[in-house]
Amino acid sequence: MASTGAGKVTDLSAYRAVLASRMRAQASYRASFALDLGSSLLVGVVELAEIAVLYTSVHGIGGLDLAAILLVFGLADLSFSLADMAFGHCDDLPTLIRAGTIDVFYLRPQPLLAQLVTSDISLRRIARGGVGLVVLVIALAINDVPWSPAAVLLLVLALLSGLVTFGSLFVTAAGCQFFLVNGAEMTNAFVYGGRYGATQPASVWGRPLVVLFGFFFPMAFTAYLPVVTLLGLPGLDGLPTWLGWCAPVAALWAVVLAALAWRVGVRHYQGAGG
Amino acid sequence: MLVSARAPILLRLVAAGVRQQTAYPLAALAGLVANVTFGFLKVAVLLATVEAAGGELNGYDAGTMSAYIWISQGLLGSVNLFGRTEIAERIKSGDVVVDFLRPLDVHAAAVATDVGRSLWALLPRGVPSVVIGAVVVGMAVPTSVAGFLLGAVSMVLGIVVSCTTVYLVAATGFWLVETRGVQILYMVVSGFLAGLFVPIGLFPTPLFAVASATPFPSMMMYPVDVLSGRVAGWDAVGLVAAQAGWLVVTAALGQQMTRRGRHKLEVQGG
Repeated sequence: MASTGAGKVTDLSAYRAVLASRMRAQASYRASFALDLGSSLLVGVVELAEIAVLYTSVHGIGGLDLAAILLVFGLADLSFSLADMAFGHCDDLPTLIRAGTIDVFYLRPQPLLAQLVTSDISLRRIARGGVGLVVLVIALAINDVPWSPAAVLLLVLALLSGLVTFGSLFVTAAGCQFFLVNGAEMTNAFVYGGRYGATQPASVWGRPLVVLFGFFFPMAFTAYLPVVTLLGLPGLDGLPTWLGWCAPVAALWAVVLAALAWRVGVRHYQGAGG
Repeated sequence: MLVSARAPILLRLVAAGVRQQTAYPLAALAGLVANVTFGFLKVAVLLATVEAAGGELNGYDAGTMSAYIWISQGLLGSVNLFGRTEIAERIKSGDVVVDFLRPLDVHAAAVATDVGRSLWALLPRGVPSVVIGAVVVGMAVPTSVAGFLLGAVSMVLGIVVSCTTVYLVAATGFWLVETRGVQILYMVVSGFLAGLFVPIGLFPTPLFAVASATPFPSMMMYPVDVLSGRVAGWDAVGLVAAQAGWLVVTAALGQQMTRRGRHKLEVQGG
C-alpha cells in the first residue's frame, strides 16, 4: 500500500509542476501578458458598461434596480471568471481532437479530465475576476443588505456553487465536443449564453428560458436567485423567495450532468488515426 | 462551379470563399444554435427594458427592438467581430510571401475571399435567425420597397466594411508579427461599438459620439437600422453614405499598409 501512496503523491506533484510551468511561461512574455491582462480587464468593463447603459435608461428591469443587478453581475462574473481560469481551456478540446493530440492523453496513466484541466491555467482571466470582485464589493456596499451570519453564509454558498456550476458547464461542453468536432460553436450556446443569462434577472425570461437556464443549466442559481433571497425581492413567479438557498443542489445537478456528458464523450472517442 | 472561369478574378475568389464555407454545414448549424440562444436571452432583457420604459425607448418599440435583435444575431455569422482572419495567420507564419509572388493584389484577394465566406453565412445563419425571430417574437420591417432595397445595399456594405476593417488588424502583423493583442482589443471594442448587446441608440450622448466616429456601427448597427425601418428616407441614405465613406477609408488604409508592410516584411526561420 505504501507504494500506492507514494504513487499518488508523485501524480499530484506532476500536475503541480505542469501548472507552475504554465504560469511561468505566461508571465515570462511580459508585454504580451500585460496586454492580455489589459484586454481581459477591458472585457469586464465593457460588459459592465452594457449593463449600466440599460439600467440607467429605465428605472429597473425585471424587479431589479441598478444596485441589485450590479450584485448579480459581480457574483456571476467573479465565479465565472474563476471557473474560466481553471476550466476555460477545455474549449481547446476540439483542436486536440481534430489534430489527434488527444490520443497522447489517453495513453498516460492518469484520468483524462485531470490532465486536460491541469494542462493549462489562464492567468489573464484574473483581471476579469478582479472586475467581478470590485463590482461585488461595491454592490454589497450600496445595496441595503440585511447583514447577518446567514447572509454571509448565503453569499459564500452562492459563490462556491457558482464556481462549481460554471466549471461543470465547461466540462459538459467538453464532453459534447467528442461528438460535435466541427460544430464546436454549439456549446457556446450554453457556456457563454449561460454566462450572459447568469447576469440577467431571470424574472424577465419566458417559460422555455426558465426551464433551460433556470433549471437544466442552473444559471439563475449562480447569482440571481441568491441575490433575490438576500435582498428579499419578489423573484421568479410562483416560486418561493428562499430558492436561493438551493444553489448547492443546483451545483450538484450541474456536476452530475457534466460527469454524464464527459463519460459518454470519452467512451465515444475512437481516435483520429496516424 | 459557381462562377465561370473567365469571370473577373476577384469575383472568382468571392465564389471560392462561398465554396469553402459550404463544406462545413455542421459548423453553420452550431453557429445558428448559439446565435439563436443568445437571441432569446437578448429578447428577454431588451423587451423588458422597452416595457419598463413604457413601450418606447429612444425610438425603439417592441417591434423595432425585436428586429434589431434578430437581424444583428443573423449578421453575426457574416460580420467579423472577432478580429481573427486567415490572412493574419499567413502574415505571422510568413506564408504571405507566396501570396506576394502571385499576380494578384494581396489586400483585394484577402478581402474578396472573406466577403465570399461572409455572404454565404447569410444563408445558413442569417435567414433562419430572422425567420425564427419573425415567427416566434415578431418584428418590424421597412414600409417601402425602396427601404428593403436600401437595406440590402446597407447589409452588403456592412459586410464588406467588416472585411476591410478586420484586414487592418491582420496588416498590423507586418510590424508586430504577433497580432493577438490587437485582435482581442478589436474583439472587445468592435462588439460594443457595433451595438451587439445594446443598440448604440441607447448610449448616452458622449458614448454615442465615440461610436459614431468609428467604422463599427457601419458593420452592424446601420444595416440593422435600415433593414428594420427604424431609420428611413434620407436619414437611411445618410447612413448608407457613411458606410460607403468608411469603406473607402478602410480600403485605402489597407492598400497603404499592405504596400508598406511588404517592404517591412521579415520571414523568420527557414
